[in-house]
Amino acid sequence: MNPAVRHVLGRVGAYVVVCLLVVFFALPLLWLVLTPFTPNPTYRASLSGFTLDNFAALVDNPQVWPSIRNSLVLAGGSALLVIALAALAAYALSRVRVPGRDQLLYALLLLSSIVTGTAAMVPIFLMLFQLGLIDRQLGVVLVLTGGLLPAAVFMLKDFVDGVPRSYEESARVFGARPNQVLRHVVLPVIRPGMATVGVWALVQVWGNFLVPYVLLANPSKQPAAVVMYTFYDAGGQPDFALISTFALVYSVPVVVLYLVVNRRYGFAFQGGIKG
Amino acid sequence: MRPSVPFRLAVTGLGAALLLSGCVGAKDAGGGADPSANADAKDVTLVISANDVKGGKNAAEAAWIEDEVIPAFVAAQKAKGVTAKVTFNGAGVEDEQYKTKLELNLRTGSGSDVFAADGIWLGELAAAGYVKPLDDVVGKAASGWDGWDQISEAVQANLSFKDQRYGIPNGTDGRVLYFNKTLFAKAGLPADWQPTSWDEILQAARALKKVPGVTPLQVNAGVPMGEATTAQGFLPLLAGTGAPLYDESKGTWQGATDGVKQVLGFYQQVYGAGLGDPRMQQDKAGRDQSFAEFAQGKVGILAEGDYFWRSVICPSEKDCGATSMKDRDSVVGWAKIPARQPGSGVNGQDFVSVSGGAGWMLSPKTKYPQQAWELMAFMSSKEMQAKLSQAQIRISARQDVNAETLKNDPLLSFISEQVLPITTYRPSDEAYNEVSLGIQQATADVVSGKSPDEAATTYAQTLTKAVGADHVAGG
Amino acid sequence: MPTTSPAAEPVAGAAGPSAPGGPPGADAPRPDRDVAGLGRARALGFVAPALLVIAVFLVFPAVWTIYLGLLDYSLTGAGAQAPTFVGLGNYLDALSDPGFTRSLWLTLLYVGGSAVVGQNVLGFLLAWYLRGARRVVRPVLTVLVLLAWILPGSVVAFLWQALLDRRAGTLNTLLGTADQAWVLDHPMWVIVVFNVWRGTAFSMLLYTAALSSVPRSHLEVARMSGASGWQQLRDVVLPTVRRHVLTNTLLITLWTFNDFSPYLLTGGGPNGASEILPVYIYREAIIGGHLGYGSAISLLLLLANLVIAVFYLRVLRGRKDES
Repeated sequence: MNPAVRHVLGRVGAYVVVCLLVVFFALPLLWLVLTPFTPNPTYRASLSGFTLDNFAALVDNPQVWPSIRNSLVLAGGSALLVIALAALAAYALSRVRVPGRDQLLYALLLLSSIVTGTAAMVPIFLMLFQLGLIDRQLGVVLVLTGGLLPAAVFMLKDFVDGVPRSYEESARVFGARPNQVLRHVVLPVIRPGMATVGVWALVQVWGNFLVPYVLLANPSKQPAAVVMYTFYDAGGQPDFALISTFALVYSVPVVVLYLVVNRRYGFAFQGGIKG
Repeated sequence: MRPSVPFRLAVTGLGAALLLSGCVGAKDAGGGADPSANADAKDVTLVISANDVKGGKNAAEAAWIEDEVIPAFVAAQKAKGVTAKVTFNGAGVEDEQYKTKLELNLRTGSGSDVFAADGIWLGELAAAGYVKPLDDVVGKAASGWDGWDQISEAVQANLSFKDQRYGIPNGTDGRVLYFNKTLFAKAGLPADWQPTSWDEILQAARALKKVPGVTPLQVNAGVPMGEATTAQGFLPLLAGTGAPLYDESKGTWQGATDGVKQVLGFYQQVYGAGLGDPRMQQDKAGRDQSFAEFAQGKVGILAEGDYFWRSVICPSEKDCGATSMKDRDSVVGWAKIPARQPGSGVNGQDFVSVSGGAGWMLSPKTKYPQQAWELMAFMSSKEMQAKLSQAQIRISARQDVNAETLKNDPLLSFISEQVLPITTYRPSDEAYNEVSLGIQQATADVVSGKSPDEAATTYAQTLTKAVGADHVAGG
Repeated sequence: MPTTSPAAEPVAGAAGPSAPGGPPGADAPRPDRDVAGLGRARALGFVAPALLVIAVFLVFPAVWTIYLGLLDYSLTGAGAQAPTFVGLGNYLDALSDPGFTRSLWLTLLYVGGSAVVGQNVLGFLLAWYLRGARRVVRPVLTVLVLLAWILPGSVVAFLWQALLDRRAGTLNTLLGTADQAWVLDHPMWVIVVFNVWRGTAFSMLLYTAALSSVPRSHLEVARMSGASGWQQLRDVVLPTVRRHVLTNTLLITLWTFNDFSPYLLTGGGPNGASEILPVYIYREAIIGGHLGYGSAISLLLLLANLVIAVFYLRVLRGRKDES
């Protein structure tokens, strides 16, 4: 086949695939885009008229803003803790030779799957009760951090392994101290990995319902994911006006954070390869 | 070879973990046991929890607790020279989740002093030792409370276990058959319809089937409907076959009995013959769909509780949202649920129903048993109950309150006057939950095409596994 | 086990295609050489905080949960007050319960279809495509994919109900298939497609970050020597990101095994047709109250994962031997 024709066909094919993907990912979101502005929202994704009244209901709801703040505290706290602890551990595990480390890491990863399941809720609750951490956001942060750490170390270690050792060696040759090597050589290179892990950890905590719900007694400490479950009217019917508007507000911080992290730490592709 | 660093760390960590587990069980919040503990305290801290929240689920009750009960109670205590600090831990989640958290809290004694619980949970909670009889926790103040006179024996029994009171009922309810009068007129059926047997229900459904675009009859069935299947569908039908699900004197549950097979046979007649929509019973959101379709005038007959009337199809769009029916009062009729045949119901009744209801219980580990009881009694006082009924119309546990508040609502008066006297309550035995799950599965089997006999056999096996062969009757 | 070992690439000191296993060459520079001069003590200090949190908040409750699996334990009723030791009774019950074996099979289908194939492949293709995509397409597609990932489960449930609803669903309206009950007629397809939609973002992010570590110079060299896009991918990119592929596949397999969100769509139904193991555990442990049994199943789930991980490593090792 003529290379030029092939090129054109390839381009057209790529566009069709991309369009289909956009539709696939966008279609379920249609409801979220239309419903907040619909006068009488239902399951149906439709726009019958246009109104901002639903947002007024959101402003009036006493739980909304404190819950977003709580979400930021819980998710931000857990994400930072996860990044910090995981980066340190991943670096040490990558650079210092310890037999059996990968087996241990994978064993911990497997155990984390038990702890995130529903069956572990009872041991976790009873343990936190003994530690005096029930109804404290610190308890939630620690439990979630514990569950996320193995996977975070697992992912970050890959990134550290990928840092060329020659960088560090050169720096050492020029007389840099270990912590200087870390800060100025290693850190910049594994930043994309840390950003990925950070966003991942944040998303995991941001959407978690069960752990904060069970471990926090006082409703004023509950995060948005828990409050979201309470938007049902007196009879247990979902309150679509509140749910849809709140869902919009709820997703904004994470999207913004992603964009900021993406811009600052450049964890999207930096444009090095042009296909 | 020396053990690796992670290995040693893991061992240390595990050691720490085991040490930690050593202290588990050592700590125990709250004293409990002594009814007179802290009875004269001048500073009292109490926590109420319920599955309701302002701006969400059961918002009216949440507002009632926060804006009426707590300020009034604190003021009343202040008049006695007691400084009371009362907080409300509301939630607005699925009942299962509320229940799980409640149980964890009761287990450790870390939760609230006064909490809301459904009557059907009582057996499980009591068997686990999470709750204790009021006589033990509170003593004389509870047995001598003047409010008991206003609460019927049957309603009190809903929060009693093995003939001992565990809490004060907050309200009750009843099940009826709702029907759409407009569709009935099209099908040539009377507006004052009152079937006297299952056959008459089916006849009406067959007539409705001739009206295009109409689902004639929905009776809750299947797993996604959860407890609604048992309470709104299976049990009222079973009560119409003559015997209750659980025979308290013998301690036996109905297995693959004739009654159970008759009920499953009724389901087959409804869903096998296209009189009901079987798909709606299988869908996760099926109950919501059935509500929406009834509100749109597409369902002829629907078996539901009074909650459907007051909270789903109420005329106010603000309260009932998309399922509100502006013309509810003129379009929607209701009828008592007939026994299979006249006189074949429990106690030889012609009509039957099933009721339930939640109430207030107190944690046996509360530090202030007397004050927690005072708070509970205060919430159940005539004045407070009337305020709640005014905020959200419902059937209170108190007759004196109902006499004043139900006058304006024809359906709730009907239930209060005609249904409650003939109703049955679900057993508060600890095995109830599991039996109910088996029932839901049996109806699901029939809806998806299995024969009633087959479904009944599977159900009896599940039942035997859950409660032991000694406690299964029939089959 | 995923072991990273020898072979630092001599070229530009780039990250080598480190494959699991294989004895470390005596002279080869090792990735785990202490090049920063950390020292054992400091390395220990680096690892200790993470391990401490993990020991207390993960290992301890996990071991406790496994222990509960040996008891006739429940959260309410008499089983809460005086649980009895039943040994392997819960495991025997599970293995003889057709509901469990069905759930295990459905879980394997679900994980294989939605994670191992679906998210993995789509995530990689998206990452590969987006790195060179136009200004408009890239942010739009990225944000859409991300939104699917970050929205809370409860909202996502509504979104998909609105999409698939029998009576008024968007999909039925678009396709003109009135009254088609997707969730009831094709429950497994629905949850597989749903999970691809929901979880591809993670694979995309991870592969995007991984691709950014492919040295630019390598691709330039490959391109100048006339390699096609596919050849670049196979010869330059895949060897570099192979480790990430393994990590990603292991992680999403594990997570998807534990994924409860299909419950929000199908409730495990109709009549158990989409009851994957996490839903089965939820129904047994929380709704049915049999915590001991649920804990035992959790451990079986873990063992299934272990088997699969070993399988992945075999496959990857095999591929290395071929090359």
